[in-house]
Amino acid sequence: MNTSLEWIKAYVPDLECTDQEYMDAMTLSGTKVEGYNKLDKNLDKIVVGQIKEITKHPDADKLVVCQVDIGDQVIQIVTGAPNVEVGQKVPVVLAGGKVAGGHDGGPLPEDGIEIKDGKLRGVESHGMMCSVEELGSSREVFPEAPENGIYIFPEDTKVGADAIEVFGFHDTVFEYEITSNRVDCYSVLGIAREAAATFNKKFVAPEVKETGAGESEKTSDVISIEIKDKDLCSRYVGRVVKDIKIGESPDWMKKRLRSAGIRPINNMVDITNYVMLEYGQPMHAFDLSTIAGNKIIVRRAKDGDVFTTLDGQERKLDSEVLMICDGEKEIGIAGIMGGENSKITDNVTEMLFEAATFNGTNIRKSAKRIGLRTDASGIFEKGLDPHNALDAMNRACALVEELGCGRVLNGAVDVHDELPEKKRIKFEPERINEYLGTDISADQMLEYFSRLEVEYDKNSGDLVIPTFRQDLIGFADSSEEVARFYGYDKIPTTLPSSSAEGGKLSFKMRVEAVAREIAEFAGFSQAMTYSFESPKVFDKLLLDENAPERAAIKISNPLGEDFSIMRTLPLNGMLTSLATNYNRRNKEVRLYELATIYIPESLPLKELPDERVQLTLGFYGKGDFFSLKGCVEVFISKIGMKGRLEYEAGDRPYLHPGRQAEIICNGEKLGYMGEVHPLVCKNYDMEGTRVYIAVIDMPKVVEKTTFNRKFEGIAKFPAVSRDISMVVPKEISAGQIDAVILQRGGKLLEDFKLFDLYEGEQIKEGFKSVAYTVSFRDKTKTLSDDDVNAVMKKILNGLKDLGIELRS
Amino acid sequence: MIKETLEKIKSEAQARIKDSANLEDLNDVRVKFLGKKGELTAVLKGMKDVAAEERPKVGAVVNEAREEIEEALNNARLALEKSVMENKLKNEKIDVTLPAKKPILGHRHPNQIALEEIERIFIGLGYEVVEGPEVERDYYNFEALNIPADHPAKDEQDTFYITDDILLRTQTSGTQVHEMEKGRLPIRMISPGRVFRSDEVDATHSPSFHQVEGLLIDKEVSFSDLKGTLAEFAKELFGADTKVKFRPHHFPFTEPSAEMDVSCFKCGGKGCRFCKGEGWIEILGCGMVHPHVLEMSKIDPLQYKGFAFGVGLERIALLKYEIDDMRLLYENDERFLKQF
Repeated sequence: MNTSLEWIKAYVPDLECTDQEYMDAMTLSGTKVEGYNKLDKNLDKIVVGQIKEITKHPDADKLVVCQVDIGDQVIQIVTGAPNVEVGQKVPVVLAGGKVAGGHDGGPLPEDGIEIKDGKLRGVESHGMMCSVEELGSSREVFPEAPENGIYIFPEDTKVGADAIEVFGFHDTVFEYEITSNRVDCYSVLGIAREAAATFNKKFVAPEVKETGAGESEKTSDVISIEIKDKDLCSRYVGRVVKDIKIGESPDWMKKRLRSAGIRPINNMVDITNYVMLEYGQPMHAFDLSTIAGNKIIVRRAKDGDVFTTLDGQERKLDSEVLMICDGEKEIGIAGIMGGENSKITDNVTEMLFEAATFNGTNIRKSAKRIGLRTDASGIFEKGLDPHNALDAMNRACALVEELGCGRVLNGAVDVHDELPEKKRIKFEPERINEYLGTDISADQMLEYFSRLEVEYDKNSGDLVIPTFRQDLIGFADSSEEVARFYGYDKIPTTLPSSSAEGGKLSFKMRVEAVAREIAEFAGFSQAMTYSFESPKVFDKLLLDENAPERAAIKISNPLGEDFSIMRTLPLNGMLTSLATNYNRRNKEVRLYELATIYIPESLPLKELPDERVQLTLGFYGKGDFFSLKGCVEVFISKIGMKGRLEYEAGDRPYLHPGRQAEIICNGEKLGYMGEVHPLVCKNYDMEGTRVYIAVIDMPKVVEKTTFNRKFEGIAKFPAVSRDISMVVPKEISAGQIDAVILQRGGKLLEDFKLFDLYEGEQIKEGFKSVAYTVSFRDKTKTLSDDDVNAVMKKILNGLKDLGIELRS
Repeated sequence: MIKETLEKIKSEAQARIKDSANLEDLNDVRVKFLGKKGELTAVLKGMKDVAAEERPKVGAVVNEAREEIEEALNNARLALEKSVMENKLKNEKIDVTLPAKKPILGHRHPNQIALEEIERIFIGLGYEVVEGPEVERDYYNFEALNIPADHPAKDEQDTFYITDDILLRTQTSGTQVHEMEKGRLPIRMISPGRVFRSDEVDATHSPSFHQVEGLLIDKEVSFSDLKGTLAEFAKELFGADTKVKFRPHHFPFTEPSAEMDVSCFKCGGKGCRFCKGEGWIEILGCGMVHPHVLEMSKIDPLQYKGFAFGVGLERIALLKYEIDDMRLLYENDERFLKQF
């Protein structure tokens, strides 16, 4: 919303402040000013001049030499503009003055452009005639300005006058951010009311003269109005203007329209736009001669109706779109855009003005479905005050008379059910003070309310809310109004006195914090990737057509296929991030992510999905499967998980078939790890490097985690260790040997470790040489050789059963 | 006679000790004078020729001499050992300016660092950290927060929908509702988490980002407490000199509502390129929990009041670490992550 300060001041005549003061004060009282544009910021010494004489430049074909009367003298100006003629009145910037920009209308330089005396191809020039672009404006709001040429003033403009004044540029346009609850502030009057309340000055509403009272012809003689779908239209005011004289609007109106970025067109169109800006009530004008049956009917369209709007486009309608119709046909889409069949042309003589109140939600949804969002629909969709419709209509008709552009008929046709009454809120000054932490007197509060046109009913103790303040409903709203005008900055700064339990992280978060620490100690940096991805990911990961991971939640309105499903595995983000690093030639990159995956119970989704955090480790460069396995085990031991980890060879398609494992604890899968399949690497543009990943399902880990530790004492009796050297069939895994040692070792077994593994020449075909060291300890005594031998015998027998040969 | 012999032995021993260049020489001296076949032993052996009544006296004198020699030997040994050690250390000198051998540590994501800072501050103020679902029901994301079915705010937030009823949450505020519904009062909680809005990716937008929601519900709470709490937060986060400014704003679930600006920590509020010349930087939205929101969660607004706030985590991270492009946060380029 852009509005000129001059327009605001018209209704707050006592307002005196600098632009910056206005911006700061309005922002602090709740009407946020995003910024302002002082229109004459870089305009200086610009006057109205009249061209008296034009001669050819002696040395340049494209230049002419003009003698220009600037009121008190005649100066010589050389110009290349194509459109100059003797007698024209033009804006002239004098030497030593400034313009805002170049004639090409490009971005405006911060400090403008200074104009100096000079010579053009040897001929003296003492100033410059300007285009609207050079004045910082555009043909968008000065449609009459010539393309690539000097602006020409109307003939009655006074020579020597301040041209900046003539243009209306001694003004500042403020840009506001209006919050969605303040429908009333999408209007000059609404903002003026706020300005008046903020600066505690008087608000003077525009004087609206009664129109058409003396006319014998009544609007109701000419037209009847019927609202069929009252749920979508709570009020429809129609009024007829005859004997229309289309012409230009006066300067003051054009200036104000331009300040809001609206292009002046002709007096009738300008009046509807002007009233929309001023009252925040969109209006529409129909050519009365096109309306069949002297009738307006407001009703829903039929499914499949096609309608041509006044911009010549065909629009497809459905049964939820509200239409304005005459006795035979549809003539406008309510609140969005009128029809081509009833639009105002330059030949119009009779016209029907419409000011109506439509259901905001319906307009918003219709505009979206039709794909046509207009200035009018943008305002209607916020839900307007029905009282405003008649006020706006009367204002428009008063302007018609004031501008002398038509004869307004007597009275309006105003169709509505009961209009909303003024709401009441109980005035509770003590509660307000308690709520805000302030000590403001009740009188002071009432004074703030009076500035806002909120009355106080002494008898009932109620605040009576004007209908345009639809946002004021209950106690909290009343407290906000007090806070705004008392000043948020003046409200004290305190800390809550009440006590609460101590702050803390949840157990899950503590486990995740340990995961982050371990990963970082192991050299992995934290990554964050998107939760949504493309369904193509499944192909990149070589997942089978029927793989359960493909059952992913789909977003019904995604930003595109690449962001269309919720991830069911954390690999794509990790691999994509690794690939980014790899392709930027970062060496040896290690990343981890605590990535949430979203597992639907069934599809389409009925219940919320299971959101599971996956600790995902990934790297390329130095390291291998076993260094990654080490990180996993350090993490598991650090969080005090009960049970020993076991590994089983896995068969996940995205991993190397011979280099992957399921991570198992007490028979339950915690996750998986392995080398990424070379084809998957290729799919992620990492061909030729080995990439390793490990994924741990955090919810399962959290279940098994404990931060409780108990000191078990330091062993008093010595440990005894024995080495076992064996020749093992190749297909027997270390895990199988571990299992035998564990199972047979009994309670004396303290620890064991593989310390040598060899396959090669000295070992017979199909076998490998493996050596373990096993240690035993008894907490209660020093172990004898006999004790140890007995256990060792059991272990060795177990190993023999696996087909293992023991070496001496 | 013996005395003279002893004097001679002593002075000779002293001289030999003095001449010893190393520990071996010194040992030779010890053997020569104090050893089993040494000169002093020889003197003791000659005791048999001494009259019985003289023997204790002579014995004492011999022992005295022995002690003297031993002490001298000892001192000489210590001095030699010291010089040996000094020499050894001298030879072990290293160039301490040679490069360090660093353990390779990973780096934490700037979002995470910012989050942990925020968590630290609020845990210190007695807030519990809780989480809520990212895939959420419409009711918790909108309706229970005073944004009914046809409210325009639903459009403003550009929601990703899964079904008519299930969506990707657009704000962490839904966690407020989950906490209030538990019926355990008072409440002091913050809730960090991922949120989603359908914004195209660019330097300042991302369809997925993080918020930290805060909620306090108690019997005696006021807007001034909200101001105080958040002013404290800003000082902890951005430095003790940080000033805050509260501007009225509108959120459907709070009333009165405000946006909080902090004085630019780069220029101290004078205005610079960083704060676009304004001296202030917008940081968060906040307000008193709307009584209607309390009611919907079965909390009596006449008995209880509360305040809530929501901070954009990325916004804090970008500002605090002066990161100029949001996309960097999700690319995970090691050269970026390494800087944190």
